[in-house]
Amino acid sequence: MEFGLSESQQLLKDNARKFFAGECPMAEVRRIMETDTAYDAALWAKMVEQGYTGIIFPEEYGGVGLGKVEFILLMEEAGRALVPGPFFSTVALAGTLIDAIADPEQKKRYLAPICAGEARSTVAVLEATASWEPTQVQITGVNGKLTGEKLFVTDAAVADWIVVVARNGVFLVHAQAPGIKISPMSGLDLTRKLYSVRFNNTSAEKLGDADGLTRALDVATAALVGEMVGGMQRTLDITVEYAKTRKQFGKPIGSFQAVQHQCADMYLETESSRSAAYYAAWALEENAPDAAVAVSIAKMYASDAGRTVGNRGIQVHGGMGFTWENDVHLYYRRAKASETTFGDASFHRERIARLAIDAGTASAKSA
Amino acid sequence: MDLNLSAEEKLFRDELRAWLGENVPKDWAEWREKPLEESFPYLRAWQRKLDEGRWAAVSWPKEYGGRSATLMQQAIFWEEMARVQAPPMANALGLGLIGPTIIAYGTEAQKKRFVPKILSAEEIWCQGFSEPNAGSDLAGLQTEARLDGDHYVVNGQKVWTSYGWVGDWCELVVRTDANVPKHKGLTVLLVNMKSPGVDVRPLRQMTGESEFNELFFRDVRVPVENVLGKVNDGWNVAVSTLMYERGSYGARLHLLFKRNIERLIELSRTFQRNGQPAARDPLMRQKLAQCYGEIEIMRLNQLRAFSRITATGVPGPEGSILKIFWSELNQRVQQVAQELLGPYGQLVGGDSRAVDNGIWSYGYLRTRGNTIEAGTSEVQRNIIGHFVLGLPRSY
Repeated sequence: MEFGLSESQQLLKDNARKFFAGECPMAEVRRIMETDTAYDAALWAKMVEQGYTGIIFPEEYGGVGLGKVEFILLMEEAGRALVPGPFFSTVALAGTLIDAIADPEQKKRYLAPICAGEARSTVAVLEATASWEPTQVQITGVNGKLTGEKLFVTDAAVADWIVVVARNGVFLVHAQAPGIKISPMSGLDLTRKLYSVRFNNTSAEKLGDADGLTRALDVATAALVGEMVGGMQRTLDITVEYAKTRKQFGKPIGSFQAVQHQCADMYLETESSRSAAYYAAWALEENAPDAAVAVSIAKMYASDAGRTVGNRGIQVHGGMGFTWENDVHLYYRRAKASETTFGDASFHRERIARLAIDAGTASAKSA
Repeated sequence: MDLNLSAEEKLFRDELRAWLGENVPKDWAEWREKPLEESFPYLRAWQRKLDEGRWAAVSWPKEYGGRSATLMQQAIFWEEMARVQAPPMANALGLGLIGPTIIAYGTEAQKKRFVPKILSAEEIWCQGFSEPNAGSDLAGLQTEARLDGDHYVVNGQKVWTSYGWVGDWCELVVRTDANVPKHKGLTVLLVNMKSPGVDVRPLRQMTGESEFNELFFRDVRVPVENVLGKVNDGWNVAVSTLMYERGSYGARLHLLFKRNIERLIELSRTFQRNGQPAARDPLMRQKLAQCYGEIEIMRLNQLRAFSRITATGVPGPEGSILKIFWSELNQRVQQVAQELLGPYGQLVGGDSRAVDNGIWSYGYLRTRGNTIEAGTSEVQRNIIGHFVLGLPRSY
């Protein structure tokens, strides 16, 4: 039994960290987030070169074929760097759903271009009810057409096609199709833009039934938690650095226990989120019987921890933490958006209750 | 990263399972409710049997009667022990903390003299560390040992000593030099508890029981050959004991916590809330699920720490998050139990209406001690702040 990273996993993580530090430093994040779409073609092209857009997809579609643990390590580093743009929407969301649900012909058409970096995509789940429960979805595909409105769709303006979760299955819509209207929604996270997508008798290709949807969303959720862990880690690092250098009463503020203990709690929350995230990824990779519970535990914990780590980070920074110039609020904004994406802590607690309390089996597999 | 058992780990588990299948006592349920004073001979006998099978101290090196088990194998050991509901071992501190310290620091003569009897539970060990004026600031302890010929003469007082009432020997930290910085004047002595001048008194805690003792030493003579490690190097010896305390202990606790949450889930199906079983009450579901999830994260944190220790060879200061995590979680779980049971939660053992013979009212009080014993949460956060995050010392 080995919970540490293998040599190749550690290498992938280290390389990703170096890559993002070089290609996507905070100055770039700030520049890109000020654009309408937060999409930067040059950065995208470099990520494609690294093979990141195909990381977990089968080699037959041009992917790299790595596992889910490797994927969330990459997401962790992307989250640490606060990488803006449609990487998450395209790979963790659309790619994962297409890979799980579509037939081989469709994968050639839609997954292969994602791996090759030629196409960007996203997934539309939420409607006006803002429920992450796929059974609450109202939009229904009728005769190959969709009508209705999806909300909180990430990166829709730069997507070539949009994967739509409908009542009767999962559909794919070309972003340029007649009868589609994409309008910005202004959210807190400046690095990941939100849109409403309205369909009016818009042609849609069915990718498959909703079987496999829950699992694909679990993979996306684990990836998101990985990204959240990276955000927490960076917030912790920035905060500890500040506590070491900022002086009041003639001493670094980090020498005061009230400050030090905030930092210690940030560390505990970050590490615990990481344990849960890595395990969820491993359980998904192994098809472990507790994979769904593991994903919900990870998202439950990280949703609260991400916010709390941010709260503490801002507090430790004092007045500086409240400024636009300081980077902590950029992570804080992302953390708030991620907290509700795929369901907040309450949503996942209820899911754990259904899986662990109602089922009458405490299914968490032990050593 | 691979959380499946390796072939070697499977072999270890299967051998243990087979042994436990043949040897675990069937009548422990009749004994477990009795006071420890009464069941202690039973626990000694059980440990002796484990020792005969070489299972009493799997983490110890093979040459000292252990199995040189990896941390993962230790986790497997405790999990299997819990699975068959095996009784605990009588000499818990000797096996878990003091034996390993003697093996690390002791002379050959000391190892030969003490180690076998720790394993067989022939001699029970206790720890004399904390004092009335030296808790978190352990190095400020005042119990003094003065050299008189070939003996040290010990005077002072210790508190919070588990197994003091039954202890044959004590790992005692004393001050041997008061004229140097406080960490540099300490020495560890191995003290026979039957020596003249040793007085053991029960310390009644807020739960009403006396799990711990106070120890008083008046002119107690300890031969110099019973110094463990070097004179005035006691701080390092004591810290190494505390490190063992933070080792595999969490693996055992996780199983206890898991049983607690499973029992609470079971109780939530019968206890009513707002006119329906608590298991259907949205708020109780949230709280139970939160506990369930955090108990699982406790296990995962532990496994990650084991892998890290295996890679680096030593338990690092990162282990402090495990202590904070389990102790604070245990308090939260007990609070959820109280909410679930409502007025029944306060009933103590012996009351005919008490749930599970009062373990929940007991647990509610007992867990307050969790964030204090074995290093307070405040000390653990100091350790993380300074030794993990590199912040300046706060004291």
